[in-house]
Amino acid sequence: MSGSGHGATMRLTIKVWRQEGPRAAGTLETHQLAGVSADMSFLEMLDTLNEQLIGEGKRPVSFDHDCREGICGSCGMMINGKPHGPERGTATCQLHMRKFNDGDTIVIEPFRAAAFPVIKDLAVDRSSFDRIIEVGGFISAPTGSAPDANMIPIPKPVADASMDAAACIGCGACVAACPNSAAQLFTSAKLAHLNLMPQGQAERWARTQSMVETMETYFGSCTNHGECQEACPKEISIDFIAMMNRDYVKSQYKNRQLLGQR
Amino acid sequence: MSDVGTLDGKVPTGPIEERWTSHKFNMKLVNPNNKRRFEVLVVGSGLAGASAAATMAELGYKVKVFTFHDTPRRAHSIAAQGGINAAKNYKNDGDSVYRLFYDTIKGGDFRSRESNVHRLAEVSVDIIDQCAAQGVPFAREYSGLLDNRSFGGAQVSRTFYARGQTGQQLLLGAYQALMRMVGEGRVELFHRSEMLDLVVKDGRASGIIVRDLLSGEITRHSGHAVVLATGGYGNVFYLSTNAKGSNVTAAWRAHKRGALFANPCYTQIHPTCIPASDDFQSKLTLMSESLRNDGRIWVPAKADDPRPPAQIPEDERDYYLERRYPAFGNLVPRDVASRNAKNMVDNGLGVGPLKNGVYLDFGDAVARDGKPVIEEKYGNLFQMYERITDDDPYRTPMRIYPAVHYTMGGLWVDYNLMSNLPGLFVLGEANFSDHGANRLGASALMQGLADGYFVLPYTIGNYLADLLGQRPLSTDDPAFAEAEADVNDQVKRLLSLNGTQSIDSMHRKLGVDVIWQYCGMARNDAGLRQAIGDIRTLRDEFWSDVRMTDPDLGFNQQLEKAGRIADFFEMGELLCMDALHREESCGGHFREEYQTDDGEALRNDDQFAYVGAWEWTGENGQQRLHKEELAFEYVKLAQRSYK
Repeated sequence: MSGSGHGATMRLTIKVWRQEGPRAAGTLETHQLAGVSADMSFLEMLDTLNEQLIGEGKRPVSFDHDCREGICGSCGMMINGKPHGPERGTATCQLHMRKFNDGDTIVIEPFRAAAFPVIKDLAVDRSSFDRIIEVGGFISAPTGSAPDANMIPIPKPVADASMDAAACIGCGACVAACPNSAAQLFTSAKLAHLNLMPQGQAERWARTQSMVETMETYFGSCTNHGECQEACPKEISIDFIAMMNRDYVKSQYKNRQLLGQR
Repeated sequence: MSDVGTLDGKVPTGPIEERWTSHKFNMKLVNPNNKRRFEVLVVGSGLAGASAAATMAELGYKVKVFTFHDTPRRAHSIAAQGGINAAKNYKNDGDSVYRLFYDTIKGGDFRSRESNVHRLAEVSVDIIDQCAAQGVPFAREYSGLLDNRSFGGAQVSRTFYARGQTGQQLLLGAYQALMRMVGEGRVELFHRSEMLDLVVKDGRASGIIVRDLLSGEITRHSGHAVVLATGGYGNVFYLSTNAKGSNVTAAWRAHKRGALFANPCYTQIHPTCIPASDDFQSKLTLMSESLRNDGRIWVPAKADDPRPPAQIPEDERDYYLERRYPAFGNLVPRDVASRNAKNMVDNGLGVGPLKNGVYLDFGDAVARDGKPVIEEKYGNLFQMYERITDDDPYRTPMRIYPAVHYTMGGLWVDYNLMSNLPGLFVLGEANFSDHGANRLGASALMQGLADGYFVLPYTIGNYLADLLGQRPLSTDDPAFAEAEADVNDQVKRLLSLNGTQSIDSMHRKLGVDVIWQYCGMARNDAGLRQAIGDIRTLRDEFWSDVRMTDPDLGFNQQLEKAGRIADFFEMGELLCMDALHREESCGGHFREEYQTDDGEALRNDDQFAYVGAWEWTGENGQQRLHKEELAFEYVKLAQRSYK
């Protein structure tokens, strides 16, 4: 059987990146995999490969994954050279094998970026994202200090735009897709989420400056390729990068002015 | 089961609406300058853990947070879709704290503590304020005010939501509050770090043993208090809507050190999940319950009807929930909706290639409101459904079937969220406290955040105040050495297994072939006894025949999984034992022997209106039952009726 209907199965050639540890050399390993169902998710296909490897007494492929619903952001790998594979707006766990054909060769590699060192096989360390958030990716509202929620009306279009940005799952596909390994889409999505909201105004300029400058210490710079938006499983727009750039320029002036007023 | 002990929930007295207020006043306080002298270990970084850690750090406590994830934002709270309840009454439709309290007690089938539930309803309103202030992008009306919807079995609109990603946005709010404290150096964050044992000294929880999942190093951490916010045990069923990493290990190891495990048989089966498509299925995906607001559930009136749904005329469809429960219709509580779906499939009325689902049909809603309105409400859910099944729900009805989703049972805690082990606090899904035998929709997020933002930060002070001047237990203490040795032994033992079966295949046998089979949506005496025997056999098989093929002492996902599944093999037996001992049907626990004439759950309040909390008494699986009697002073015990 072949093709992509319900119940069809495929034979695949899987070339998967194997690397014992952060400092070990890696290589692509080739495996033949039969009985892959079109209804499997990509990660279930990898589960099947791992069952085969365990049966052969070999080490299974390490890869991060958790919710398998496209929301936790744990999974992510280069599939035939694209972060999360060929389907637009889809994380690896939600990609299904019906998007592939019987006899295909699939090349699977980890996300590649200096700021995301490989831990083992397909698992990478993305904790540099946490470093960006901890310097400003929040609204300081200590528990107990909040006014009634309806005290702050937010126009629906503003709330919707903020939500569009807040949908980021922190998977790192944007960085992996970028020829410069830049994290502008990730950073700008968090900035837009918070900077668009009335609650976010008090810290807007300090937030923008510290997040952008922290980002620059880990990641490359944006040269407007737009690959990030193509790879994003949540289809977050690069318009937010434009907003971040504008806010960053403003923040340098605003923060200096605020300093002068002290 | 041996002899029975009794438990005191330490519930305050007085009028129910004043209990939490007066309790807060009566509790001891820790002076702001003394808070920094106390070290608190928080395990888990979901809604409950992250909100508790951030709040305690804001107060000035020294906090360490441990998560097995690569970042706190991955915790499975992130996957909650539908919403969060709060008794704001913004819709002016008659909601109140008392009504939310009443609905939750009734929804939980009279198996939860009235005082806890009332407190939950009270603080629900503060949660919404807190989250809005943090910038959670809740859905808004065109006026700019917050939008609400009615949700799973509620007759008022009290559910706040952020598209179909409410859990994500609330978790990111808590995560960001936590990261603010990490950035300021007020929380020390240990990511990819898994708690593998609890250290108990003189009966008090005094520290934890942690494995660094990158280096494999085992480390000792000491604190004045330990807070577990480590989620539920739904993955004992293998197939569930839980994330693949969700596990019972932290709670279970605490149980083996003396913490009581309460009501494990209360497991929630969620009615609206995508049916399994084949044996390779690794997890089940939930479709938000909010879909039941506009979708109509039906099956063909005749068994084995081969026609596609569009060709089945109206009068040959059975809208069985609307027929049986005219008042609530498609919005009956989760357990009722789930059992009815099971009955339809069991009677040969199932739909889809494997005849393992029922239809959830949006045809009428699209015709009534137009596609744009439905898309605005459910667009991302429809997209997700299509991605998984290759079917377009705008044109053809969704297929749904119940799946394990949430576990109401958990470690026993008193009103202060402290377990029977002083110093061990348990929050969120990991504790047993507020949902009784069945959780209402949009209440999990509410409880996780209530515990973390607004309950624990008060009650932990009352415990710590008495410890002022005491240093945490030295990590050189023999209690630490013993616990660390146990962890090392288990790691070595697991790595040495060289049998023939993979961990996943063993886990599937346990979960799908035994626990789902005998302790799923319907249970009976003979089946449960069978299950207990089968689990014991399988557990021996696990320890003799699992095949470990990755010898890595550092980052080793196979080893991580093996440890967690080993705990499920023990926990699963307790789940079945509890289900066997509870000779009644209530909420998520349905015993076939105890049902009304028309097939509804039949409680036995005279004998079973108690919390059943189990004490581990040794490796042979013996558990001693402790009972906490439940008193219903405000909500009259009654059989639930949704007709």
